[in-house]
Amino acid sequence: MPTADIAGRDPSVQGLVSGVSRAVVATPLPETQVDRSPVTLAEPHGPEGGEAGTTGSIFRIIGRVFIENKLAVVGVVILVLVFLFCFAGPFIYHTDQLSIILRPISGPGSCGGGRVNIGPACPLGVDDQGFDVLGRLMVAGQSDLEVGLAAAFVATFIGVVWGAVAGFIGGVVDSVMMRIVDVLLSIPILLLLIVIATMFSPGKDQLILIIGGLAWLTPARLVRGETLSLRTREYVQAVRVMGGRGHRIVLRHIIPNAVGTIVVNATFQVADAILTLAALSFLKLGLHYPQTDWGDMLTDGATYASEGYWWLIVPAGSFIVMTVVAFNFIGDALRDSLEVRLQRR
Amino acid sequence: MIGYIIRRVFQSILVIFGVLVITFGLYQLLGPEALARSILQTSKASQAQVNEIIKEYGFNLPFYDQLWKEVVNYAHGDFGRSPTSNQFVLAQIQVALPRSLVLVGSSLVVAIVVALPLGVFQTVRRNKPSDYTLTAMAFTFYALPDFVLGVVLLMLFEDHYHIFTPISQSETPWQIAANWRQITLPVLTLSATSVAAFSRYARSSMMDAITEDYVRTALAKGAGQARMLFRHAFRNAMLPIITLIGLSLPAIAGGAVITEVVFNYPGMGLLAVQGADNNDVQLVVGTTIIATLLTVVGSLLADVLYAVADPRIRYRSV
Repeated sequence: MPTADIAGRDPSVQGLVSGVSRAVVATPLPETQVDRSPVTLAEPHGPEGGEAGTTGSIFRIIGRVFIENKLAVVGVVILVLVFLFCFAGPFIYHTDQLSIILRPISGPGSCGGGRVNIGPACPLGVDDQGFDVLGRLMVAGQSDLEVGLAAAFVATFIGVVWGAVAGFIGGVVDSVMMRIVDVLLSIPILLLLIVIATMFSPGKDQLILIIGGLAWLTPARLVRGETLSLRTREYVQAVRVMGGRGHRIVLRHIIPNAVGTIVVNATFQVADAILTLAALSFLKLGLHYPQTDWGDMLTDGATYASEGYWWLIVPAGSFIVMTVVAFNFIGDALRDSLEVRLQRR
Repeated sequence: MIGYIIRRVFQSILVIFGVLVITFGLYQLLGPEALARSILQTSKASQAQVNEIIKEYGFNLPFYDQLWKEVVNYAHGDFGRSPTSNQFVLAQIQVALPRSLVLVGSSLVVAIVVALPLGVFQTVRRNKPSDYTLTAMAFTFYALPDFVLGVVLLMLFEDHYHIFTPISQSETPWQIAANWRQITLPVLTLSATSVAAFSRYARSSMMDAITEDYVRTALAKGAGQARMLFRHAFRNAMLPIITLIGLSLPAIAGGAVITEVVFNYPGMGLLAVQGADNNDVQLVVGTTIIATLLTVVGSLLADVLYAVADPRIRYRSV
C-alpha cells in the first residue's frame, strides 16, 4: 500500500508493518516478549514476581519497553539525534535561511564563493535559492516535527472522542458515527487534501488542523472497539451503579483504560502526518517560503534530478525516511509490549 | 448474495454523495465573491463582472440549491470549463484517465504477480535466511515514501545511466505502456509499496493455511509438497488478497498522484496537481470526484468479487 497511503493508514495494513518489523526483531532476539528479570530487578521499587511486573504507571511500562526492545532503542536514538539536529543545530551552525539569492547551485564543500551571509563551510552545498543545504535541513526538520506531532495530537484527540462516544452510546448513534468513518475511509485522502490546499493555501497552523482533521479515522475505529469491550467490565458497571454519569465514565474510566491503544496509534499517526506533510509539500501544496520542510526541499531537488545534484535529494529524502522509520519502530515496540501487557492484566 | 451486493452498492452511493457534499461544502466556504474570481481567473476583474458571474453560476443561491444543481450537472457529465486552459474539464479527464488506468492497472498486476509467489516462497523457506532477507526488504520498501523512491530512481536510472526515457506527452496510453523504457520506472515506483504490503499478507495468510486441517488431510492422503501448496493452501490463502486490494485502492490512487508528478506522467493526478498550482478549482474538483468515484467502484467490485469467490461470505451475509 502506497505510502500513499500516505494519509490514514488502516489497521490491517498497520498490522502488516508490525509483522514485518517483528520478524526483523526475531532474528537477533527471538524472545523479546519474555519478561526479563534483570530489568525488573534493576528498579528499586519494582514489584516482585513475574506477572506483577506488568503493573505500574503507563510511563514505567513504556520505559521498560524501550530497554527491552533493541529496535525501539534504535528508534529513540535516531529521534533524539534528529530533534537535536533540527532544534539545537541552528544554535551551533549559523546559516541565513531567509534571504533568497539566485546563484548557481554548488556542490558539497563549496559555498559558491563570495557570500557573507552563508554558512561556514557548506558541507552539503547550496541549493538553487542560495540556501545552505545543511542549515536548510534543520529549519525544514523543525516544521516536519512540529506539524507531525501537532497533527497527530489533533487526529488522536478527535479520534478518541469520536470513538469513545460512539462505542459508549452504542445503538443507532454508533452505527451512524461509524458509517461516517467508513465513508471517509474510502475516499483517497490525498485528493481531498489537494482540493483543500487549492482552495485555502494553508499555513502551518491550518495544515496541522487539515492533516489531523483527516487522519482521525483509524484512532476512532480502534478506540470504539476498545470502548465496546471496556463498557461491559465490572468497574464500569460499578461506577454506573454508584451514579456516575456518562461523561465521567468515558473520561475517567474508559479512556484511561484504552490509553495503550491510543498511545500506540498516536505514534504511528506522527509518522503518517510527517509523510502527509512531505507529500503535500512535494506537490508544492504544503508550506511556502519562508517556511520549508523536507518534502519541499525534495521537490526542489527533483527539479534538478537530471543535473545529478544528489545533495539536493538524498539528504532530505533520508531525513524523511529515517524519522518515519524511527517513529514506526517505537510504535511497533509499544504495541508489542504495551498491548500484550495490558491484555494480560 | 443479492442483498449483500445491494447493501454494498447503497453504501458506495453514500460514499460518493459524501465526497460531493465535502468537496462542494469546502467550495462554498470560499464565499460567492472568491468563487466568481476563481472562474474569472484574474484579480483585476471589475465588481460588475464578478456580480455577473455570481448571478450566472448561482453562487448566491442557498447551499442545497447549488448542491442539487451541481449533482445534476455532474450526472450529465458537465464538470464545467477549466478557466486556465479554457477546455471542458470532462474533455481533459477523458484524455488523462486512460493513462492513469494503464499506470494503476499495470502496477496492480505487477504487485500481484510479484507479491503472491514471494509469499509462497517465504512460506516454503520460513525462518530461513532468504525469508528474513525478503522480510527486511519488504519492510524497507514499505517505509520508503513513493516520492523519495521515485525521485531517486529518476535521478539514477533515467538521468544518470539513461536506461529509461521520460514519458512522452503525446503518445497514447497503449504506446506508453508498450514502451518499457517509459513505463518501467513509474510502475516500479507505484507498485513498490503494494508489493511489500501484499507479500507480507500473502506470507502470513499462507502460513495460516498450511496449519489448517484440510492441508494435513491432503498430506495424509499422499499429496506432495507442491500439490499441497498450490492446490490446497494457495487457493484458500489468496482469497482475502482480493479484499486487501480493494482496501488499498484509495492509497494507490494517492500514490498514483505522486508517481505521476514525479515522472511527469500526464494522467489524472498530474492534471489535479496542475489545476491546484493554477488555483483552478473546477479542474481539481472534477478530477477528484471522478477519481474518487472510480476508487469507490473499484472497492465495490473487489468486495463483490470476494463474495462471488468465497461462498462462506455469500451465505453469511444473505
